[in-house]
Amino acid sequence: MSGIQKILIANRGEIARRIIRTCRRMGIRSVAVYSEADQHALHVREADEAYNIGPSQVKKSYLNIDKILEIALHCQADAIHPGYGFLSENAVFARKCEEHGLTFIGPDADIIEQMGSKIVSRQSMQQAGVPVVPGWDGRLNSAEEAVDAANRLGFPLMLKASAGGGGMGLRLVRDEEELKRLFASAQQQASSSFGDGSLFLERYVQDARHIEVQLAADRYGHVIHLFERECTIQRRNQKVLEESPSPVLSNALRNQLCETAVRGAKEIGYTNIGTMEFIFDEQSEQFYFLEMNTRIQVEHPVTEAITGLDLVELQIKLAQGEPLPLKQHDVRSTGYALEGRLYAEDPKTFFPSPGTIEQLQLPEEGVRLDFAVEEGSVVSPFYDPMIGKMIVHADNRQAAIEQFHHLLKHIKVEGIKTNLALLQGITADPDFQQGQYTTNYLKRKKLLALKTD
Amino acid sequence: MSQDKQVVSPLPGIFYRKPDPDAEPYVKEGDPVKAGDVIGLVEVMKNYQEIQVEEDGTIASFAVGNEEVIEAGQVIVVLK
Repeated sequence: MSGIQKILIANRGEIARRIIRTCRRMGIRSVAVYSEADQHALHVREADEAYNIGPSQVKKSYLNIDKILEIALHCQADAIHPGYGFLSENAVFARKCEEHGLTFIGPDADIIEQMGSKIVSRQSMQQAGVPVVPGWDGRLNSAEEAVDAANRLGFPLMLKASAGGGGMGLRLVRDEEELKRLFASAQQQASSSFGDGSLFLERYVQDARHIEVQLAADRYGHVIHLFERECTIQRRNQKVLEESPSPVLSNALRNQLCETAVRGAKEIGYTNIGTMEFIFDEQSEQFYFLEMNTRIQVEHPVTEAITGLDLVELQIKLAQGEPLPLKQHDVRSTGYALEGRLYAEDPKTFFPSPGTIEQLQLPEEGVRLDFAVEEGSVVSPFYDPMIGKMIVHADNRQAAIEQFHHLLKHIKVEGIKTNLALLQGITADPDFQQGQYTTNYLKRKKLLALKTD
Repeated sequence: MSQDKQVVSPLPGIFYRKPDPDAEPYVKEGDPVKAGDVIGLVEVMKNYQEIQVEEDGTIASFAVGNEEVIEAGQVIVVLK
């Protein structure tokens, strides 16, 4: 067992700070990297060491594999934590880390590659007996082939990029004409954005819910689940609010879902932590595999709140070859957790709002705040608009919602626009309070965004 | 005295002259443009905003390069 002494964090913002926190607690030295735009960022000040990796554009800094590896070797880090986004699901990067003798804190490169292709991951899950959304698994080579497959499946369908993820590379197609019209541009965009133009078709599950299962696996074939998160409240296929347990799952269904996810992860020999995402149809009580995220996710604090575990610590231990420190029956879900994402964006148009945070007032108690900014921080136009997360944990769902809503009223951000009013609107809405919502919720409740109370 | 008109970026971000890396640029120097024509994209926080010309004219010159970092209010194109 090789004890990790120093970790380079190939990321920025709140997740970099989150990883530094666990490193410090575990007595591991942390190394930050930063672009020009981030030279005054919090993660740079908080790490034990920090290195400039280039210009503000992500391609030239946070996605610059060679530069990051060069710095890791120079500062004698023995591991790299990729966070989420950027290089976190890049198999080439994971492989290069290992080639340079650096432990990649995540699954093996082969697994990342396998799950990175939606077509391959669908096939793997089908073989493992995990239900997938009915669709056309093969690569679609032409619009004619797509139309052929679509007519067998029936519209509406989702046209998806095999290499897409995080809500990108998806198109809803309602009829043959739309499919023909969108096919070429979808192929083109997939090829330029993800480096792989492969497309496939999936049935569009209307008014479904998005529920995912957090998994942890060691190198010795042991896989456990850490329960589910409900992430149905989304805008433009991007999550806004997450909670656990899901308000719609019975215990029997929860067990079935979590056990199915474990079976799937075992089948593919998964290692480290990961998340299996499912679409859940409330009417039929059917769930279908969507994709697997082979990294830590934005919403991991929800699972940490209900299980009491530190998922970054777990990742580090699993990456250095330790066996899972606990068995399935040791994992308990306690109380109710709710997480809201604070985005620097117009709450009505969802358009980004970069700028300087003139004033920032945050509650001090009763909430976990994973923030990337402080007063005076410049929210840069180069990166993700998410500036922070608020996480509450209470005895039951109602108490968690009340606590969350109350806390939102005590948050003040000035200088940029945020979606604070939208989060307030959601938590004040009786439908949300009763757990009645689907992935179309925000579209349906468009006016909610305008309300502040 | 000049009758040149300028197109400025409403946002800070990264300017792109092409819809995707392998495509042709939206417009080139010397191209005639009509009001509403797209001359490029500005990427801001993973969103892409189209930059359009407000008046008819001809592209005299680009004041910024492809994939260059720009500020809000910065001149992108000069029109004749």
